[in-house]
Amino acid sequence: MEDEQAVVLEFELKGSDFNVAGETSSKIKRILQQIGVRSDVIRRIAISSYEAEMNVIIHAHRGKVKAMIYPDRTELLVEDEGPGIANIDLAMKEGYSTAPDYVREMGFGAGMGLPNMARCSDQFDIQSTVEKGTTIKMVIFHDGEKGEKLSG
Amino acid sequence: MDCVVRHLGEYFHSVCLNPALCKGCVGCIKSCPTEAIRIRGGKAQITESRCIDCGECIRKCPNHAKTAITNSMDDLKQYKYNIALPAPTLYAQFNADISIEKILCGLLKIGFDGVYEVAKGAEIVSLATREYLQRTDIKRPAISSACPAVVRLIQVKFPELLEYLVPFEAPVEVAARMALKEYSKKFAVAPGKIGVWFITPCPAKMTAIKQPVGLDRSNVTGTIAISQIYGDLRKILAKISTQDCEIRRASWLGVGWAVSGGEKEAAGPPPRSLVVHDIHSASEILEQVALGKLKDVDYIECLACAGGCIGGPLTVENRFVAEANMQKRLQIIRQEDLSEGRTIGQNSEEPKIEITTHQPLEARPALQLDKDIVKAMHKVELIRKILKKLPGLDCGSCGSPTCKTLAEDIAQGMASETDCVFKLRERVRDLAQEMVDLAEKLPPSLDKDLNELCFIDDEQNDNKKQEENS
Repeated sequence: MEDEQAVVLEFELKGSDFNVAGETSSKIKRILQQIGVRSDVIRRIAISSYEAEMNVIIHAHRGKVKAMIYPDRTELLVEDEGPGIANIDLAMKEGYSTAPDYVREMGFGAGMGLPNMARCSDQFDIQSTVEKGTTIKMVIFHDGEKGEKLSG
Repeated sequence: MDCVVRHLGEYFHSVCLNPALCKGCVGCIKSCPTEAIRIRGGKAQITESRCIDCGECIRKCPNHAKTAITNSMDDLKQYKYNIALPAPTLYAQFNADISIEKILCGLLKIGFDGVYEVAKGAEIVSLATREYLQRTDIKRPAISSACPAVVRLIQVKFPELLEYLVPFEAPVEVAARMALKEYSKKFAVAPGKIGVWFITPCPAKMTAIKQPVGLDRSNVTGTIAISQIYGDLRKILAKISTQDCEIRRASWLGVGWAVSGGEKEAAGPPPRSLVVHDIHSASEILEQVALGKLKDVDYIECLACAGGCIGGPLTVENRFVAEANMQKRLQIIRQEDLSEGRTIGQNSEEPKIEITTHQPLEARPALQLDKDIVKAMHKVELIRKILKKLPGLDCGSCGSPTCKTLAEDIAQGMASETDCVFKLRERVRDLAQEMVDLAEKLPPSLDKDLNELCFIDDEQNDNKKQEENS
């Protein structure tokens, strides 16, 4: 596993920094296009990373997005320091959101983030500790047949 | 026109370069939305697989070295009958007190045997789009497919969004079919004997006709630039005194398409729609759609030229003046349409024109670095390494639009690091330093410091050798 070839991209994120919202995901997307990953798969990766990126910006103090692109799959690791999620099952429900009003007024925080990530990725794992932070790991296979079924 | 067309690739392009006029400045490489242009050998070069024929470079070139291939009025001689299909943008080139009827009449006077307004086609596409947006099984936001440069931008840069495009043919194609039907009956000739010419505001339309996207073949014979007939038309218009030598078919709904926002208005009241114009803004909004934002938007009118088609590179009138002309005109004809009871779309007694839906559109991903995924990954790493060493000024002197694109070009073997003037300067400086260092070295026979020693200490000599070896 260690010597398996991968392109590794790392990005630092700051909470409430809406100026850069989406930049990380756009950069990951461009690299995936250069590598030649299938466009429908790129779309799922881009949406997963965008939702994760936005979650950090909306809720956390700071965080990191790490994309590991292997020939057959992309792994996304998103770690943040922030309030954490008290009830993950509830947060996974569509439409459940703890985003503050000003964020919702900007059109974010519709409560679709986690469900969309789970829907777009082939493997989805979330760990969270209240008052400490959240870690999300997603794997998307490049030959995957999973259709993107978005809602919200 | 001295125009060098590079037909080397698999795609036809209407945007081309006249090398005699190109000074090799960086204007066009900086404005190209798909980073398709490089300066090589002092002249601009267009990478065909990336060019979307938006005409941004035609607009930006101060030396008019970039042109569009369109047809000339001489080409009309090849056909027994010729029909003009004026884009509604043509009307915006003239003051609103020159009626549309008069302009249509003018087209007949400068050499056409018939006219059919593209605005009529726009009307029919609008009504079909209204119905389409009511459907619950479509991808949202639906993106308008009327602008051929935007369609090509999606093929090249956002292939994942192809299925979001509204699947209807462009208004000019609908108009061409209706025109052929009507005029082949009227002239009693086969449609093949009739030349159908689109009076176009942009080069992308020419490409769309030569190489239709989602259609087997186009019904349009060719395109004639608005700027090409403007002078003749203007002169003739002054001489036309009577009105109504040709009736106007299209209502305000189709005519309004010339200006950004017109298409959205004509598509009826979908709950949420956006109007985006200018190719760079279009690219930004498509990026947002690609990231899964804008899920609650129903429809995007997306146009390559700032201001809409009135901002096309082959128009004559300044786009703000054209927009004012058009708004005035729309006010007038809306009133007329109301008082004359003009039907929008088709009369119920006419046989219904079927709108052809696109075949699935082909993706043309031009960013991929290598067909082999592992090789492509190596190149990505190489690019990142090279990029770190480049100054990041994006000056364009190397002939690539940005440091990032230069890094890509180097990784692809199409450029070298010393193409960067700053890297070259660094190399020259290092070399000069080395020359100074070398110049200070003297052969032992001339080295005065050595002469001061009467004896060469063997031990010292050994140390010196060891130092050299280590």
